Amino acid sequence: MNAARAAARRLPLAAIGGVALVVLMACLPLLNISIPGVLPTPTYQPGALALLSLAMIFAALALTYNMLLGTSGMLSFGHALYFGAGAYGLGIALENLGVPLFPGVFIALVGGLIIALVTGVVAMRVSGIPFAMVTLAFAQAGSVLVRRNSAVTGGEEGLSLNTEGVPDWLVGVADTRNLYWATLLVLVIVYLVALWVDRSRLGHLARATRENELRVRVLGLEPNRARLIVFVIAAVCASLVGVAYMLLQSGTVPRAVSADLTITVLVIVVLGGVGFRWGAIVGGVIYTLLDQRLTVLANSDVIESLPSVLRIPLSEPLFILGTLFILVVMFLPGGIAGTVDSRLRRWRAGRAGADQVDGSAVERLEDADAEPAREEARS
Amino acid sequence: MSTLVLVLLTGIGLGALYFLVASGLSLIYGLMHVLNFAHGAFLTFGAFIGWEVARRLDSTSWWAFAVSILVGGLVGAGVAALTELALIRPLYERHIEQVLVTVGLAFAAVALYEGIWGSDPIYISAPAWMKETTSVLGASVPNTYWVLMLAATALLISLVVFLRYTRFGTIIRAGVENRAMVTALGIDVRTAFLLVFAIGGSAAGVGGVLAAHYTGYVSAHLGSTLLIFAFIVTVIGGLGSLPGAAIASVLVAVLQQFANYYMGGTGDIIVVVALAGVLLVRPSGLLGRRFA
Repeated sequence: MNAARAAARRLPLAAIGGVALVVLMACLPLLNISIPGVLPTPTYQPGALALLSLAMIFAALALTYNMLLGTSGMLSFGHALYFGAGAYGLGIALENLGVPLFPGVFIALVGGLIIALVTGVVAMRVSGIPFAMVTLAFAQAGSVLVRRNSAVTGGEEGLSLNTEGVPDWLVGVADTRNLYWATLLVLVIVYLVALWVDRSRLGHLARATRENELRVRVLGLEPNRARLIVFVIAAVCASLVGVAYMLLQSGTVPRAVSADLTITVLVIVVLGGVGFRWGAIVGGVIYTLLDQRLTVLANSDVIESLPSVLRIPLSEPLFILGTLFILVVMFLPGGIAGTVDSRLRRWRAGRAGADQVDGSAVERLEDADAEPAREEARS
Repeated sequence: MSTLVLVLLTGIGLGALYFLVASGLSLIYGLMHVLNFAHGAFLTFGAFIGWEVARRLDSTSWWAFAVSILVGGLVGAGVAALTELALIRPLYERHIEQVLVTVGLAFAAVALYEGIWGSDPIYISAPAWMKETTSVLGASVPNTYWVLMLAATALLISLVVFLRYTRFGTIIRAGVENRAMVTALGIDVRTAFLLVFAIGGSAAGVGGVLAAHYTGYVSAHLGSTLLIFAFIVTVIGGLGSLPGAAIASVLVAVLQQFANYYMGGTGDIIVVVALAGVLLVRPSGLLGRRFA
């Protein structure tokens, strides 16, 4: 009861903040804001908009991955397969079937759904670490298929978007802001789906399965079906993000289906904080900006002048990211969101303690607040 | 007929290479429930260091080859032991975090290799005999495959002897069966953990040097590709089962070679289909017990 009331009290504030943020993001292309060192150009120019769109793509993809790892506790190493299915699905539909954009998007999503169902059913035969290995194998098979069948997928060269079926307002550098808005829309859709999954009975069941599968079975519920449904929802959302990526980049490369991409998303989710929706978004944005900045740093004169012991590691952005990732896993287990969240709770509890000398009230409040946190942070 | 023999023998040779990687993975998973994504990085490191050593000696001579294998095994064991001590040990019993740490390590290591040795493959030289072929029933089998088979057989025999007839081997086998019981008997399993990591790493290091001779080059991504097949092999064989890994290595590799030869290069796909098939029929793998 207490927990529910506490959640209801906080909800409007979070919702208002979220809506305000979306409105602000939507207005960015119309404003002239320069953030030197973070964005390459003022916000109304294509350079900054393209970077921000890419950040939103990664944020949305991280959100879909968080449904697997955060909500259901499934460690998948094959999530890129569904992202790639969306990107390549749209590209192939436009190129070979000659359909307009929206039917093409529909075909891509249905393709992602079918692949997710087939691979999901097989992979669900095992759980935990073996599940991770099996999903990795499936993604690898997808990656090999893409690289081999160069007649359809363009092989190593990648597949560029056939713009015949795409409306004019989504093509070209001058229309980057339309693409930006489209990407923002995809991010909002994915967020709302993630929110719905987390709040629904399905999400509760998936979380319960993550904590104690045996107990869910004993209660007469079906953990595997819940997990499969969450898996498929996350995969279809990832396909949608892949579609947005295809439009944004007007093409895709085999890296979109590689294990590298899955690992990148995993890094984002863990950096942001597993189990926190806003953590996934923050992680995606930070990762994209960091990746871009580190590449600039790697080619800078400061690095060039260092002795080779320092120069070689520092000139490899992935090395720095990998090291950062290890440090976060070892010393900051909740990621960014988890750490902020627990600080905030402690601060709130401390303030309540100062107001009321009566210790029992503090305890009750702490209990009510800590419960959802514990539930979300453990995975 | 000669083609059949050739495909079969090269399949077994490739299986031997898979086993060098998969044996360590399987042992580590069996005892510690850690999926070691960094295993490929150990392998690549062994390959690079082995190559550096061989090229400083006379890389076409046999003794340089022997030294490079020895060095590869040693650095593989060293890096693996260091990884266990620094990254895995502080996270005992937190399996997901342990996987994540090894993922991060693999990520960082590949980038570091690219920084040091460049991203292009480096072609290596070997003793002249390794580049020749031996005729068996009319099939000319490249000699590298024999070396691979020899190495894998030696590894399998020494692992079986070690696990069966030494005190540490007994502890490891008992730990795979029931770790809680071993701990309850007052035996410090952490030494066994370290040992298993070192053994797996040394097998991977040797595998790296041999994989470089098999492909003819070393590159930063040498380990990543092999690792995925090693994962498939360990799941098909049954996680934690050494004989399972050995049988599955050979089965998977032979199947892969046959598909590559007779079905137009579809080997990689067939292997994944085989994995799906095994999981549907027998989720615990060929020789595995129930999944944890």
